[in-house]
Amino acid sequence: MKLPPFEYACPTSISEAVALLASHDGEAKPLAGGQSLVPMLAFRVAAPSLLVDLRKLADLRQIEITADGVTLGAMVRWREILDDTRLATAHPLLVAAVEHVAHYQIRNRGTVGGSMAHADPAAEMPGVAVTCEAQIAVTGKAGTRVIAASDFFVGPLMTVLKPDEIITEIRLPAWPAKRRFGFQEFARRRGDFALAAAAAFYDEDNGRARNAHVGVIGVADRPLRLPSVEAVINGQKIDDVLIAKAEAATSAGVDPADDIHASGAYRKALAGVMVERALKAAVA
Amino acid sequence: MAVKFEVNGKAVEIEVEPRLTLADCLRHHLRLTGTHVGCEHGVCGACTVLVNGAAVRSCLMLAVQAEGANVVTVEGLSRDEGLTPLQASFRKHHALQCGFCTPGMITTAHALLSEEPDCDADRVREVLSGNLCRCTGYISIVEAVLDARSAYKRGGTGA
Repeated sequence: MKLPPFEYACPTSISEAVALLASHDGEAKPLAGGQSLVPMLAFRVAAPSLLVDLRKLADLRQIEITADGVTLGAMVRWREILDDTRLATAHPLLVAAVEHVAHYQIRNRGTVGGSMAHADPAAEMPGVAVTCEAQIAVTGKAGTRVIAASDFFVGPLMTVLKPDEIITEIRLPAWPAKRRFGFQEFARRRGDFALAAAAAFYDEDNGRARNAHVGVIGVADRPLRLPSVEAVINGQKIDDVLIAKAEAATSAGVDPADDIHASGAYRKALAGVMVERALKAAVA
Repeated sequence: MAVKFEVNGKAVEIEVEPRLTLADCLRHHLRLTGTHVGCEHGVCGACTVLVNGAAVRSCLMLAVQAEGANVVTVEGLSRDEGLTPLQASFRKHHALQCGFCTPGMITTAHALLSEEPDCDADRVREVLSGNLCRCTGYISIVEAVLDARSAYKRGGTGA
């Protein structure tokens, strides 16, 4: 369908963008890459009165890598993550996950902040953020606040963002060089939304795993981190027997609903298989 | 609102509604009907154009977002006389039947080959996974793109 009518503004500063959002009584929406919002407009699921285009906010375009971790400006596009050779060591899990994001053309436009704000329960970036305990910096008319990824998503396409707030940064904690990780996703066709995917990582002490983090997407109303699976992994040697236990704990730890794409029982099993494969990739 | 950008090397300045997609702007306002509109929600790839060199879905971009950009459509990847190496490769390999998806295939393949003239079949398939073709079964399209690599490797634009 053609898009519903709206006004359009293209501010040159964050404060101007926030003022524009605040001026429309919750009816204005920020426009980042547009790869989720424009389809929502085309389906007439969203009908904002004003779109505030963030493309001129150069401050939101940086990828900053320091000893504290990786900070992604909200307007960083998927393509820029894949092209940044520093990230192969600074955050290989992020790169592995972004390779699964949609298609080539979408990755040339879509942004990390847009994906976080859209909050699709099957999207990769929210899953990475929750699994890695990312911090999300947002700015609104009340000022700037930092939100833990685990508190950010409240339901399908729902976040704690206020109507006048925009995401400015996603901060991922530092990634030790020897950390082991895997990211595995299953979709019917390449580029489709995941039926389920898993991110897993752990550090090692004398051959035993510690600091395990396991997250899944596509199996709940938001990305999930699975402490029950992490408890199975921590302190253990990661072998086939342990991986089978982690797979079982994953399936036991999720309760996906039936939908038109798959039954809940299928996704429950698939989530376990994704964690199994992610851990096998981590060990390899 | 007024928007100015460049299309296939020519400057354009037009008055558009903010809700107009770049795809509809190209087709209805600029009469560049080579860009096809299939699904209108970013799934089929038929509307792919190049914006500042990058392949993007023009149905997921507003015309007003193209302000200052350099846009190339499938018309900009053709010649007045004869076929470009990429077009000739599509003909040689029977890489089209009804032709509806072809503009998106050509623009996407051109962007890929310009950036990665050494890409392998897996990479071609991965990139073209964002373009739906209901006729060919894709095999001939992948062969056509692989065969066109030599034109880009020689430092040519293929266009």
